Amino acid sequence: MFSPAVLLRKLGHAVVERIWRLGFATRFLFAILTHSGTAFRRLPLTLREIYFSGVLSLVIILVSGLFVGMVLGLQGFETLQRFGSTEALGIMVALSLTRELGPVVAGLLFASRAGTSVAAEIGLMKATEQLKAMDMMAVNPIARVVAPRFWGGVISMPLLAAMFSAMGVLGGWLIGVVFIGVDDGAFWSQMQAGVDWRYDIWNGIIKSFVFGIAVSLIAVFEGYDSVPTAEGVSRAITRTVVTSALTILALDFVLTSFMFRGTS
Amino acid sequence: MNRTALDLWVGFFVALGLAAVLFLATKVGNLSSANLSETYTLQAKFDNIGGLKVRGPVKSAGVLVGRITDIKLDPTSYEAVVTLSIDGRFRFPKDTFASIYTAGLLGEQYVGLDVGGDEKMLQAGDTVTKTQSAVVLEKLISQFLFSKAAEGQDKK
Repeated sequence: MFSPAVLLRKLGHAVVERIWRLGFATRFLFAILTHSGTAFRRLPLTLREIYFSGVLSLVIILVSGLFVGMVLGLQGFETLQRFGSTEALGIMVALSLTRELGPVVAGLLFASRAGTSVAAEIGLMKATEQLKAMDMMAVNPIARVVAPRFWGGVISMPLLAAMFSAMGVLGGWLIGVVFIGVDDGAFWSQMQAGVDWRYDIWNGIIKSFVFGIAVSLIAVFEGYDSVPTAEGVSRAITRTVVTSALTILALDFVLTSFMFRGTS
Repeated sequence: MNRTALDLWVGFFVALGLAAVLFLATKVGNLSSANLSETYTLQAKFDNIGGLKVRGPVKSAGVLVGRITDIKLDPTSYEAVVTLSIDGRFRFPKDTFASIYTAGLLGEQYVGLDVGGDEKMLQAGDTVTKTQSAVVLEKLISQFLFSKAAEGQDKK
């Protein structure tokens, strides 16, 4: 039966639960930062995570970047042709990719490919009581398991986003210049005149670095905080993708409003 | 996987990432053509700046010589004060004319410096006194319509 009191109690419970998780996540981040020394002292641990998060995400990032750039080239040409300014295709493709699509789409793909695998791995280690066993052997699981995975993701993400943008620009060039016939010189010169290294490219890299921190934290936290059952781990994976995607989009709005406010 | 292969793959990944950043910096962005020499600032006051933007180009004889670093409104004269960061290699005479032009019909607006004949040069922090505001199409059209209407009345 519908009862306002019950509804209010459930709502209150849900809000308290979210705030509790936020507090725990913040404490967890501080714990990771305090135990990060191990991740860098035992470099092979972090290198292994860069391999799993970065190298194994290369194919999806490079292929997606190429196709996103090709679509931008095609759609951009269609629109710019109406105004007789197809030479501006280069700057349009480059600005869209370096400022927005590169960091955001690479972040979403990274969350789906690497974030879920990290959450699943840590969740399964928890379900099979490997984390407890480490604790018993006086090995800190945050230093040994969580911190290397966190830093592996944080280091990989900006590199992947840069590769995504670079492949996208090449995709736009392939469609615009090679297939459609936009002037090659105008394509590159307009791009170089309009894209500022510090303002556009560097800000895009900073964005992807922030997304890397957010996605990596969400992935390790969801895995570490998962209910140690098959269902609990699957829920943790789902929550990783959903929370990461929403966080990336929200952070993108905030960062964009700080970085590009009123000057473009 | 043994250690050597792992290192190789991670090294390959990092190198590819750095190559992408380098490609973005040099081929896509303007790092290679960025003005790395020292700059000095000049100010110019305009009645109307139209659609001029911060980071917009400053050109002389069509060549890029600087960037617009700040635009604000003077609270006393109600004029727009545009701060220009000029490449230190270029010096301009005191009677240089600063105008706001539009590149092409739909292009971006920029500040054009038309050089005068004065022997004294503008120094850092100086204000360019001779300026010409942006052309506002609406104003031009309304002036044209008024003059046409006045012509019509004279004929009667």
